[in-house]
Amino acid sequence: MASDVLRATIRDLFRFSLSFRFGSIILMFVGILLLLSFFSPFESDDRRVVPRNKPPSQEFILGTTGNGQDGFWLLTFAIRNTLMVSGLAVLIGRSIAVMLGMITGYLGGKTDRVISSIVDSIIVIPRLPLLILIAAILQGEMTVLSLALLLGILDWAHPSKRYRAMILSLREREFTHTAIFSGMNAVKVVVQEHLPFLIPLLLADAVAGFLWAIGMEVTLSVLGLSDLSAPSIGTLIFWGNYHHALLRGRVWILAAPIAASVLMVVGFYLVSLSLSEYLDPRTRLSRLTMEE
Amino acid sequence: MGETKAHPMNLLRTYILPRILQWALVIFVGISATFLIPRLSPINPVDEMIGRMTAFASIDPHAVVSMRESATALFGLEGTLLEQYGRFWARLFTGDLGVSFGNFPRPVSDIIAAGLPWTIGLLSVAILISWVSGVFLGALAGYFHDRRWAQFLERFVVVVYPIPYLIIAFVLIFVFAWWLKWFPLVGGSRGQPGLTWDYISTLLYFGFLPALSLVIGSTAFRFIMAKSLTTTEIASDYVQYAELAAVPKRKIILFYVARNTMLPQVTDLALSLGALFEGALITEVLFAYPGLGFVLYNAIYNADYNIIMGITLLSIAGIATASLIIDLLYPIFDPRVRLR
Repeated sequence: MASDVLRATIRDLFRFSLSFRFGSIILMFVGILLLLSFFSPFESDDRRVVPRNKPPSQEFILGTTGNGQDGFWLLTFAIRNTLMVSGLAVLIGRSIAVMLGMITGYLGGKTDRVISSIVDSIIVIPRLPLLILIAAILQGEMTVLSLALLLGILDWAHPSKRYRAMILSLREREFTHTAIFSGMNAVKVVVQEHLPFLIPLLLADAVAGFLWAIGMEVTLSVLGLSDLSAPSIGTLIFWGNYHHALLRGRVWILAAPIAASVLMVVGFYLVSLSLSEYLDPRTRLSRLTMEE
Repeated sequence: MGETKAHPMNLLRTYILPRILQWALVIFVGISATFLIPRLSPINPVDEMIGRMTAFASIDPHAVVSMRESATALFGLEGTLLEQYGRFWARLFTGDLGVSFGNFPRPVSDIIAAGLPWTIGLLSVAILISWVSGVFLGALAGYFHDRRWAQFLERFVVVVYPIPYLIIAFVLIFVFAWWLKWFPLVGGSRGQPGLTWDYISTLLYFGFLPALSLVIGSTAFRFIMAKSLTTTEIASDYVQYAELAAVPKRKIILFYVARNTMLPQVTDLALSLGALFEGALITEVLFAYPGLGFVLYNAIYNADYNIIMGITLLSIAGIATASLIIDLLYPIFDPRVRLR
């Protein structure tokens, strides 16, 4: 049942939404690159396995680095790590946001006012300096996992507000009252009755969450604050800079990760755009009348 | 409702005071977070830092002792957590951010003050240009939404918008500074500072690409919002009436539609200041532009925690205050708030 609905939704999106079509094709391409990393002839930390600093050619389609690594296979590892960090960060951030949104939205009253005003003030605080402070203190101990955790615990304020608004409106619906009057407890009402309504919004939001996480991964790495031994989009740019790739005319070393990062964020943005358009009740209404 | 007189006390109670309270809360939460976070980490930043500094260079033992004292005091690692917290605020109120370890013993507030005008200048120019051009281009593209140029512009913006500032800056450096060599790779100005055309022209020359990298991303954001606001606005009766009355299109867009979409954009500007500031930090790092971002970058490189901490605290207080000012000015633009 549910998978049928999902398949129909995806088919509709693909047919009617230009941005979904482009976005999903880009993301599929990125996904293929990610999967290729598992078939790489080299390990991600192999060095001096190919000639150094060779420009792109038939043999090395993205050239080679100053450490004698193949640019193409290195990029597949980088995409895998960056997506892993941002995926985990999104998961952690959205989990905190869902819990907070459900608590504040359902309980309402004083609890809601106190938590909401704290959330409102956290939203205004610029996160990058805070991230840099933490990352600088943890420097050297930073792993792919701890970076994901760090990004996750700083990315829940905005989404939790959106989920709260959704739960607030659900709480006033008929079925909530029915559930309460028939003796269902609050936790059950929220988890069993309200959460399913939240899931589409959550999906669209999670896709958009990748944008921030990827941007921050790249930013922190370029500043030299992540695990620099693990290839990621950001660390590839860091090492390119470190070895003065531009000044020495080795453009390919920087161009590949930059192009990959653009592809990734544009892909995620287009998909999230089409999803939020799809979820917008106004466009949904016009779609329904069109089908009739 | 006609007889309800606007009363300044009303505005104060319903709008200004709650907003000031919110500002105080932001500062309190932000600074408390900055206090707590380093303490939650398993690493002792003082040992870490002293260890790293003495590993590379031999430093006068007296300097090491006073560094350790200064670091322990700023990180406030003696006494109970509550005592540390009290001292932390006491030092902040006197404007004491400690001394730099990279440029010992120069005070952190000095170093930050030297970078601040560059960042504020870059940021305010970029915000002004991107806000105005985003609002008006968005209004034009929303009004003429079926023209080909409007659709092309929108597609272009949709692709540019999600790209991080860092990547935009990189591409600009690559194309205009490295490949075409139209602009310098690094720096902020050349020659003797002063109010001469020679000096100001170098300011513009060096600042152009850093500002452009900020303008591109933030204009895209404004544009998307302005376009969707315009789409709802042109469906309203007064626009249709104005069109039927053959009011010139230029007048409809500039004086009616764009003007109405500006109000939510003012509120949103206050909310997006943080993101813009982060963009400025990154741009400054890449262009080696002498503002706070570059100071921060050098501090990371030298493990100069006092400076990183100082910039974090300053940016929280600065962004909160700037958005407070925008929100307090809001009643001037919106009579509905003023007359409530």
